[in-house]
Amino acid sequence: MIAVLAMCAFATIAITLGIVVMLVTESWHFFNSQYVSVRDFLTGTQWTALQSKSIEDAKFGIWPLLSGTFRVTSIAMLIALPSGLITAIYLSEFASPKVRATLKPALEVIAGIPTVVLGYFAVLVISPSLQWLTNGGFDAFNATSAGIAVGILCLPMVCSLSEDALHAVPRSLREGAFGLGCTPLETATRVVVPAALSGIVSAFLLAFSRAIGETMVVALAAGTQATYTMDPRAQSQTMTGFIVEMIKSENEYGTVQYYSLYGVAVTLFVITFGMTLVGQLVRRRYRETYA
Amino acid sequence: MPQSASVTNAPFHGESPSSESAPEVCVKIANFNAWYDSFQAIHDLSLDILRNQVTAFIGPSGCGKSTLLRWVNRMNDIVPTAQCTGSLRINDVEVLSPSTDVVHLRRQVGMVFQKPNPFPKSIYENVAFAPRLHLKLRRGELDELVEWALRKAAVWDEVKDRLNAPAFGLSGGQQQRLCIARAIAIGPELLLMDEPCSALDPASTLAIEDLIYELREQYTIVMVTHNMQQASRCSDQTAFFFEGRLIESGATDDVFTKPQQKRTDDYVRGRFG
Repeated sequence: MIAVLAMCAFATIAITLGIVVMLVTESWHFFNSQYVSVRDFLTGTQWTALQSKSIEDAKFGIWPLLSGTFRVTSIAMLIALPSGLITAIYLSEFASPKVRATLKPALEVIAGIPTVVLGYFAVLVISPSLQWLTNGGFDAFNATSAGIAVGILCLPMVCSLSEDALHAVPRSLREGAFGLGCTPLETATRVVVPAALSGIVSAFLLAFSRAIGETMVVALAAGTQATYTMDPRAQSQTMTGFIVEMIKSENEYGTVQYYSLYGVAVTLFVITFGMTLVGQLVRRRYRETYA
Repeated sequence: MPQSASVTNAPFHGESPSSESAPEVCVKIANFNAWYDSFQAIHDLSLDILRNQVTAFIGPSGCGKSTLLRWVNRMNDIVPTAQCTGSLRINDVEVLSPSTDVVHLRRQVGMVFQKPNPFPKSIYENVAFAPRLHLKLRRGELDELVEWALRKAAVWDEVKDRLNAPAFGLSGGQQQRLCIARAIAIGPELLLMDEPCSALDPASTLAIEDLIYELREQYTIVMVTHNMQQASRCSDQTAFFFEGRLIESGATDDVFTKPQQKRTDDYVRGRFG
């Protein structure tokens, strides 16, 4: 019986290893190709895997895709982190049981919205609103509307994980702060939030990884042009968005263009893996200080 | 009543409880009733708490002593079901009135809890926490105040070399003395202690008891305790509670050696409770 349980546990590890092995071997075809140099890949600011007619003209520089991912993710975090944390503080420290009972399920509903619906929401509602507000200052597909939708997507996650962390802070600390003449707001910001910091930071990092990996919303709303820019109003293909486009495209299996999606996938994997590691380190560090 | 004129007061706090002109009664409780929902925890209680004395509240669990203590600094405000009627005046100012500034009140009335509850910050930051919030001090003044409070709480020598270390690294007794330092750093005149030694070992308990006895030169102290020996060792006044009523109060020696009420006699002799 225990052997079955152990097998289930090891299956997870085996699957993870399998994915890593596949990523590395497939991307090997890409990095090893005579048309691709690792140096250009890491420093180049042009990415034309889908646009160029022949392989000789194709440019494989990751920065346009990185900048797209960076723009969308930053905008998403600008929305999800502050509002998620503030909502969590409100729910955990101030809301009456009645308000809690309404607000928490409402947030869980957001978590249940299929991402494809949010993607269409970005295209059909957010983007036109932005264009209307700025008199056409935004492209029809742009990083901001995709970022806002991804932010909405991450909000419940930031909120519920932060709320768990705040909720776990012992009542005695709050009483100690009240006893020293803190107002409820001072108690929340100066005692409860710092005490829950490790949990809050790891909620932030999880949301960050989620936003970087989010695919459907950006594939629908962010556009298909990979340009190296920091302009949030412009089209922006993200790494995940490119992978979708490439699979949908007519490029045949085995071409360098096709294998380039594995090059991008490995980069994405390294970034999210790095975030997870940083998250672990942060947790451990704060756990030492805040026993 | 001990003269506090010779005692150095906390630096930077300005107002000091001057003993010359002040009345001997610090807290005057009259016709006080308290409830949790429909359960009446305290019945028509009247009691005077004397300045610069240690007053011990004794009685079996659930007799209302902690409830009363938590009304003195309006800590029960955060309990939605808690309600009360009657009068509770500190220095002739009504505490229970809705217009009372509870933030100011809690600066004036420090509280030490049953379990040491230092904040997850450094030792220094724990003591500096409330002064940072309420007093505008320069860095050097804050350092001085932190040292003063830690010395006053008899824990300075043990922590002076590691002020920036986390407070959780201290032993339970040290943590509790740190909490006392934290409470006196904003210059309260009244200290409420809710079973301050119940989570500590005997050696730490003795250290805290000595400290309480010394602190009364400068503060008025109200201490809830389950421990008869503790009440008789380090309090001047004792109030015995039973089932939400004040049965007997007076000088500790009198309450313990010649109690007027049979129930008090039974309790202090350990026949129940």
